[in-house]
Amino acid sequence: MRISGIRRTFSGGVSVLDGLDLDVAAGSFVALVGPSGCGKSTLLRMVAGLDRPDAGTLTFSPPLEHTPGARPPIAFVFQDAHLLPWRSVLDNVALPLELAGVPAPERHASAHALLQEVGLGDATSRYPAQLSGGMRMRVSLARALVTRPRLLLLDEPFAALDELTRNRLDDQLLALWKELGMTVLFVTHSLSEAAYLAERVVVLSRRPARVMLDRRLALPPERLPALRADPGFAREMGLLLQALEQGEAA
Amino acid sequence: MKALRDALAPLAALVILLALWETVARVFSFNPMVLPPPSTIGLEASRSAGSLLSGALSTGRSALVGFGLSTGVGVLAAIILSSSRVLERALYPYALFLQMVPIIAIAPVLVVWFGHGARAVAVSSFIVSVFPVIANTHTGMRSVDPALRDMFRLYGARRVATLWKLELPASLPHLFTGLRVASGLSVVGAIVGEWVAGVVEGDSGLGILVLVANRQGNTALVFAAVLAASALGLLLFGAVSLTGERMLRRWHPSASGS
Ligand SMILES: Nc1ncnc2c1ncn2[C@@H]1O[C@H](COP(=O)(O)OP(=O)(O)OP(=O)(O)O)[C@@H](O)[C@H]1O
Ligand SMILES: [Mg+2]
Repeated sequence: MRISGIRRTFSGGVSVLDGLDLDVAAGSFVALVGPSGCGKSTLLRMVAGLDRPDAGTLTFSPPLEHTPGARPPIAFVFQDAHLLPWRSVLDNVALPLELAGVPAPERHASAHALLQEVGLGDATSRYPAQLSGGMRMRVSLARALVTRPRLLLLDEPFAALDELTRNRLDDQLLALWKELGMTVLFVTHSLSEAAYLAERVVVLSRRPARVMLDRRLALPPERLPALRADPGFAREMGLLLQALEQGEAA
Repeated sequence: MKALRDALAPLAALVILLALWETVARVFSFNPMVLPPPSTIGLEASRSAGSLLSGALSTGRSALVGFGLSTGVGVLAAIILSSSRVLERALYPYALFLQMVPIIAIAPVLVVWFGHGARAVAVSSFIVSVFPVIANTHTGMRSVDPALRDMFRLYGARRVATLWKLELPASLPHLFTGLRVASGLSVVGAIVGEWVAGVVEGDSGLGILVLVANRQGNTALVFAAVLAASALGLLLFGAVSLTGERMLRRWHPSASGS
């Protein structure tokens, strides 16, 4: 995926992105951090096709075209779970396939399999109101992955959860990424989460966003909880923090 | 058991109120044409039980048709209003206008259009009760979580799918709020309709019964008919509330936003 010279100004003259360039290799896991309001969500929405850039181009190779009737290639996970409260967990997860016209037995089987993977195999017939926040987020993650997307966009997905739940979900996300091999673009405010998850972290400056640091982390590919206590991990976090502070002051 | 306990307080209040009313009416020996005591009303009600029942059936049928029309037309109108900003701006004032129609004044026109009888009465009931359905359903469809809209868009959902699988279910709580208001109004609209367009012979509703009893100076029967009309409204209200509760049982409001 290549983002080049992308520009977005909102009505009222707020220039959020002013010629940002970013290349993301297929199958990689990239974390995006930056000061609040710098344009991370805006960028993600444009990548998803939910908003149009005023200038600049977004190209995918191979192209990510959504042909009607086929499984949509991009998935988005929001900060809150945003489930449909009138649907059971299973039907929530199956929704993207339902909208793509996949027959019921097939989509239910896919939804079941994913719910199993996020550890909710026995909650399929429950309703969102009966779940904890962490469980809801896992349903949301399963829903995003049920289409086997080639590109997964996450906008501060686990920010509202407690730290333990969040760590567990991070591990689940990593496992799913290893298994499914999609490209992941992950926006977060937590540097430790970024360092723990991503192969590469991009630090943005405040508005209009520029790339302050684009770093391939010098950490082992296998991410285990022990890594959080590793000196190498602390060093990477230090670098990220420094870039973030510079970007905030710039 | 709980329902019984919930009903206890209002029942006690009713008994006290009736006792007070009875006492006042007797002690001051009001002319029963002005304020009949509850016992007189009760007696009159049992004596005229037949015509009260057939009146309630007739009015109930008209109100039910009016309410059904309100539900169908109201939801349809809300869908149209929500389908585009332009349509909303162009048509919403007229929906509002519908609510401002003084039904008593327009009822004679209904007679011209639909003739005397049940049809005009049902239309009157519809006109009086449709607006809350439109307004509430419209509000519901407008306040669908934007993130969910985005998600449907991302997944390439067609307009119809978005309507059926997102907008309409999401506005169900609002719709039922509108329907509860409309249920009571539909009975009011039917009674008013009967005053202008009702038929006296044969199939006459509670509104006609009120008119006739009033002309005869039978105030007790007027009260009895009014009570029957209220009971009718309450019945419809209860049925709508129960249906709503059953349909929305699974998602209490705390869950609808996330
Ligand atoms: N639809 C919109 N209309 C006008 N301004 C907008 C719109 N969406 C975003 N903005 C503005 O654009 C800027 C960037 O918003 P964006 O949501 O992309 O930031 P962000 O980096 O995701 O911030 P946060 O980390 O707080 O989520 C903000 O100043 C915001 O006020
Ligand atoms: Mg954001």
